[in-house]
Amino acid sequence: MDRNQVHRQVALMRQSFFDQGFLDEQFIQLEELQDEANPNFVEEVVTLYYRDSTRLILNIEQALEKSPLDFNKLDCHMHQFKGSSSSIGAKKVKSECTQFREYCKAGNGEGCMRTFQQLKKEYAILKKKLETYFQMARQAGPKEIACRPKPKLDICPDLEKNYVGWIPSRFRYTFSF
Amino acid sequence: MRRYRIVLAVDDSLVDRKLIEKLLTNFSCKVTTAENGQRALEILGLGDGQHNSKKNDLKVNLIITDYCMPGMTGYELLKKIKESPTMKEIPVVIVSSENIPTRINKCLEEGAQEFMLKPLKQSDVKKLSCHIMKVNKSCKGRPFMGR
Repeated sequence: MDRNQVHRQVALMRQSFFDQGFLDEQFIQLEELQDEANPNFVEEVVTLYYRDSTRLILNIEQALEKSPLDFNKLDCHMHQFKGSSSSIGAKKVKSECTQFREYCKAGNGEGCMRTFQQLKKEYAILKKKLETYFQMARQAGPKEIACRPKPKLDICPDLEKNYVGWIPSRFRYTFSF
Repeated sequence: MRRYRIVLAVDDSLVDRKLIEKLLTNFSCKVTTAENGQRALEILGLGDGQHNSKKNDLKVNLIITDYCMPGMTGYELLKKIKESPTMKEIPVVIVSSENIPTRINKCLEEGAQEFMLKPLKQSDVKKLSCHIMKVNKSCKGRPFMGR
């Protein structure tokens, strides 16, 4: 398969994540932060998320084994987990987190457990999809079209620097080997 | 001449710390992060047993802190900063994933410059520009509540 075909495949895969509701616009925010200084920023953040959230999932699992259930504690753990999931744009996972917290507020232990199983499924599905995606993107290599380096935006408005826009991520991506 | 804006970002989430650091760095800010309020106070030289005028304390232009943190909340951290004669002029921005009006009002009344919703976007950081400039510059920053 030639490189252009691989690039197309990667782009299609990426689009499917949004179309199928796995990711939301926060993921695009991450992509737009990626630049020459941090060419693997998105993958780094996602990797960090999966590594860090293992601990949070374990906390919730342990809390769900207690009897009686401490809904405040469960809600607190889930609040943290939801926050991280939201920060990477994990839409379906975030949705399950919200549902879980609703059950916590209602004191519904069964609901919590059911939702948590669903949450773990979505979490695992997304992980697999993103792993495949990043791997393929790395194989595809940087696009042939040269990309203008993203200018550092000057946050001080009173200076006479030009405010230059940048190419939105959906039209370009660069992944280094 | 370098024009770094020095920002202290406080958040217990590893992912969010990485995110805010990148957001601010992309806007030419120099960022120091702390994982909790206590650590933030130490960095500012306001920790227990520290004297106010240590030479190697970090001189910050802006503090961005998460609201919900174990131990000391962002609100409690805000109060401590506002109580300090050396630090009270530093603008403090509170961020939270939850849009709770009483929480927002409480923070603004205590002197928070802004209250923003997580996750932060680039447009949010751009709106903070006037707070990152020199403190003695007049700024028409109205309380802003994210989207």
